[in-house]
Formats: sequence, structure tokens, C-alpha cells
Amino acid sequence: MTDHNKRIPTQHVIGFALSIALTLLAAWTALGSNLSTMWIISSIMILAVIQAGIQLFMFMHVVESDSHNGHVPWNMMFHGAVLAAILVAGSLFVMSFGFTHDHDGENHEQHEQQDSGDHSDMDMEGDGEHEGH
Amino acid sequence: MSSHELKTGPLEYRRQEDQMTILGFWIFLGAEIVLFATLFATYAVLFGRTADSTPPMELFEPGIVLIMTFLLLTSSFTCGLAIHEMRRGNAKALRNWMIVTLVLGTAFLGFEIYEFIHYAHEGATMQSSAYWSAFFTLAGTHGLHVTLGIGWVILLLIQLAKRGLTPKTSRKFFVIGLYWHFLDVVWIFIFTSVYLIGMVV
Repeated sequence: MTDHNKRIPTQHVIGFALSIALTLLAAWTALGSNLSTMWIISSIMILAVIQAGIQLFMFMHVVESDSHNGHVPWNMMFHGAVLAAILVAGSLFVMSFGFTHDHDGENHEQHEQQDSGDHSDMDMEGDGEHEGH
Repeated sequence: MSSHELKTGPLEYRRQEDQMTILGFWIFLGAEIVLFATLFATYAVLFGRTADSTPPMELFEPGIVLIMTFLLLTSSFTCGLAIHEMRRGNAKALRNWMIVTLVLGTAFLGFEIYEFIHYAHEGATMQSSAYWSAFFTLAGTHGLHVTLGIGWVILLLIQLAKRGLTPKTSRKFFVIGLYWHFLDVVWIFIFTSVYLIGMVV
């Protein structure tokens, strides 16, 4: 009740200012700072989660005495968020963990060439043996 | 169902029917989270697999992406203001803030369409590589949601002009408010994990 009769909704203004500030901070972290890639990714993902929380609590009336806090199915929203985390982290773990596909990794390509070279040599020998038998 | 109607509190919560509709919409948003999670997962797995097409680092520009982010953040804010005015019983202010939200949302969409056309000219299309397929599917699905939201708001504004502020129209505006804020949440994650990480890695 308290906030609704006010001309200016303080909560919304604070939420808006915070989300602009967090966006700029995330952009600066990614493009302007000298952190390592791993640190950049972790910190901007944390900033994104904080900003999503701001949207939920400042704008989406998630906590509100007027509706007796009864209109948000907390268990289902939590379930959705956990599923999202499992889907993304699980897919990355299964599909990409410990697997490189660099296009510019020269060492990697050299290794591959050497490997394939070795293989072809072995194949040649193998073929030779087969013919010999 | 709607036999007992509260006399106080926000209009959209007075009838049980409307309370149930809002509850149902939250469940829908829960399903939307999972829908976008599958697209994010696909994107993350296919990250870097650009084959012979232009890599994202050469195409992503901080300027336009920040403009799009601020447009959507501001539209989410004005949408919140619209709901705030609705709770104060001010139908005219609700309409005006909703129109501002519409303009900002349309501007966002315009920038996104421009961006996609620009990428296509640079040789990055849905068909170019696994990476770009995942990118256009993820960003495109979000853009489609924004487009739907714009159409939805226009229809609701027509209803508001015809019927005025009733428990039913209030509930409908509250629900589109939730939808619009949700689109902003999804965009924050696209901005962070697609554009920012794409410009760093």
C-alpha cells in the first residue's frame, strides 16, 4: 500500500538506476578492464544474475503484501531457474568439456597433421602387411 | 469462482479468477525460462564453430548493442511506471507510459533488424555456420517475443480506450507488464553471454 499512492515510485527509480549502472559496469568489465577472460566471464555473469534479480524484485512485484505474496509460484520459478542452469551447464559439460575446436590454434593443427601423418604411415605399413600375407 | 470480489487492494487482485490468471502467467514464464535455456545451451555449445564465416568478434559492435540494451531497460522502467499509475487509478497516465514503452520497444526492434541485415551483408546468416544459426535462433526468438509483445500492447490499449480500467483490463495490463519485464531479463542474459562474451573471447 505504502508505495502506490506516491507520485514518484521510488522503488522503480532505484531499480532503473541500478540496472543502468550494472549494465555499464558489465560493459566496462568486458571491454575496458584488464582482467583475464575467465574472470571477465564469471563476473559479468554474476552481474547479469543480480540485474535479473533487480527486475524481479523492483519491477515485477514478486514480493508484495497487497497480493498476500500468494500470486507467485515460487517453487515453479525456482524449478525453472534450476532447469535453466542444468541445461546450460550440463550441455557445456557434455558437449564441450576438454574438447578444443580452435580455428587459430596452430599447435593444435600441427599436432593433427602429425597425427594424421603417423596414421597414414601406419596404414601404409598395415596395407603392406596385408599384401604380404 | 469470481463470486466474491474484494473491495480494496489492486484491481487486478480483487477477483479470484484474475488472481488465478496471474498465477498461470507466472507458470508460463517458468516454461519460457526453460525454452530460452535450451537456446542458450545450444548457443554455448556451438560457440566458436563459425566454420569459414566471419567470427562474431569482427561483427559485434559495443555501441549499437549498448543502445539496444538501454532502450529495452528504459522500456522496462516505463512499463513499470505504467503499472504504478494503473494502481493509482490513473488510466490516462497508464496509456501514456504504455505508449512510451511501445515506442522504445519498436526502436529496439528496429535496431535489431538493422543489426541482422548488417550481419547478413557481412556474410553471417542463418546458413553460414553452426554458430550463426544458434545466434540468430536465440536473438531472433527474443526479437519475436518483443514483436508479439508490441502487438499485444496495441490490442490492450484499444481495449483500455473502449472499456476503461476494470478488474479485467487491469489484470491484462499487469500480465503484459510481467511479460515485458521478463523479456528484459532474457535480454540481459543475451547482452552478457552473447554480445559481451562474444566481444571478449
